[in-house]
Amino acid sequence: MLLSEIKSRPTYGSLSPSPLATRHIVAIEGAGIKAFEAAFAGKAALLGRTTVVFTPSPDMPPDTLGRLEALGVDALHVSPSVETLLVRLAGLLATATMGTELSVTGSENFIGQAVAVGMAHGIGHRSIATEHSGSLARRVQCVHCKGFTGGVTESPVACGHCGLMLLVRDHYSRRLGAFMGVCIDAEAPGDIPAPEAFHA
Amino acid sequence: MSGGEDFRVRVVEAENVTPTIRRLRMLRCDGGALPPYAAGAHTVLTLETGGPKLRNAYSLLGSTLSGGAYEIAVLRTEASRGGSAFIHAAVGVGTELTLSTPVNLFPVHHLARRHVLVAGGIGITPIAAMAAELSAMNAPFELHYAVRDEALGAFAGDLALRHGAKLRLYVSRRQERLAVREILQHQPLGTHLYVCGPERMIEAVLGDARAAGWPEDSLHAERFLAPAGGEPFAVRLARSGLMATVGEHQSLLEAIEAAGVDAPYLCRGGACGQCETTVVAADGSLRHHDHFLSDAEKAAGDKIMICVSRLEGRELVLDL
Repeated sequence: MLLSEIKSRPTYGSLSPSPLATRHIVAIEGAGIKAFEAAFAGKAALLGRTTVVFTPSPDMPPDTLGRLEALGVDALHVSPSVETLLVRLAGLLATATMGTELSVTGSENFIGQAVAVGMAHGIGHRSIATEHSGSLARRVQCVHCKGFTGGVTESPVACGHCGLMLLVRDHYSRRLGAFMGVCIDAEAPGDIPAPEAFHA
Repeated sequence: MSGGEDFRVRVVEAENVTPTIRRLRMLRCDGGALPPYAAGAHTVLTLETGGPKLRNAYSLLGSTLSGGAYEIAVLRTEASRGGSAFIHAAVGVGTELTLSTPVNLFPVHHLARRHVLVAGGIGITPIAAMAAELSAMNAPFELHYAVRDEALGAFAGDLALRHGAKLRLYVSRRQERLAVREILQHQPLGTHLYVCGPERMIEAVLGDARAAGWPEDSLHAERFLAPAGGEPFAVRLARSGLMATVGEHQSLLEAIEAAGVDAPYLCRGGACGQCETTVVAADGSLRHHDHFLSDAEKAAGDKIMICVSRLEGRELVLDL
């Protein structure tokens, strides 16, 4: 469980597919395979109405794709990157009907973006099941230039667009699927503390 | 104490839309503007019937974001405690009444991508207001309205004129049944469902939606319950030291108000949770009638919604 005093900081639960949902769409990033197996494996009726969109990650177990293929989902779409997966997910949601349940598992960086796509298609964020697996890497928006920097594992971090050194705060935007990054040395230029990795 | 200001209003139009439904249009006596409200809001009307003072919640028709006149439609019910019968018999043009600042416990969800509105009978009042609001915003919606027979379907003609093919009317006398499952089947992701009508209809519609995999946050219902009657019992207010008797047809809240205590409330229909009160002691068993407390909270017996629930027993002691 990730804890923070900042109310907007997301927390994640575990995947628990509703037996009443008429269709399950599951977005998985690499290491999320374990969460998916724990919730869906062996449930043939459930898997028969499950569509998986998958993208690999460096920290996933060996033969993840083989394990996924062996589960017997109704449809499996493998995308080469998070960006291409999100395009596929948006396409699936655009034609989905009520009764479709969205589940998301992977890194924070990934969950935030997939949830934002779900919300943009009218799903309430409380109705999207999320389970964090693997990396604590965050997606960060620079409040100065508005550019997004993905896969951020420590703070401060250099903005990938304008180059400012950003303090990564726990303040989070669900709509953007990103944490807030604020210039750390605005008042004392060049006074930049040593970066620290995220613990939670 | 509803949290807002009360207003003296005068009835400027009174019309029987059907033999059992009376529409009232009201303006402020002092000529000032009434507060604006959005579709789904209700007001609590104070009725001086000559007998006990009644306070009943009524959904507001239409939506006046400009703060104009308020309109309500009142069904004369057989099981009435006198409020609806009083409005039908004794309230006409020129009558002065008191009403509360509107409260909205049933708002349109503006992030939804489509809206399915379902109304049964007099439940059309907030639903018709929602349809008008959605229509004005050009938001996609459909309206399903079930009535016993066309003569009883207040506003059916008006709604058909305004909303055309978006309105689907079901007249049970013509053997037309509201087929909820079919309505729900092909709705696009991001659709929200709103239902208002008789209790059994609300339960059936929500039950079908849940069975079709609709998540809780897409489901919205409004039900105002009339306080259930029962055997009289005594109530003691621990903090103020007052005693009162709750009559057969009186609610706990009404008895407490009659004793001079300004207890909190908003909906007076067991829905909002505002009047939740701590039970200090109960000589008898609590009869919970609300839709607010969870089953576990009801079983625990240390809280009661005083607007609709009561005691079956001798004396109830409340933390008031």
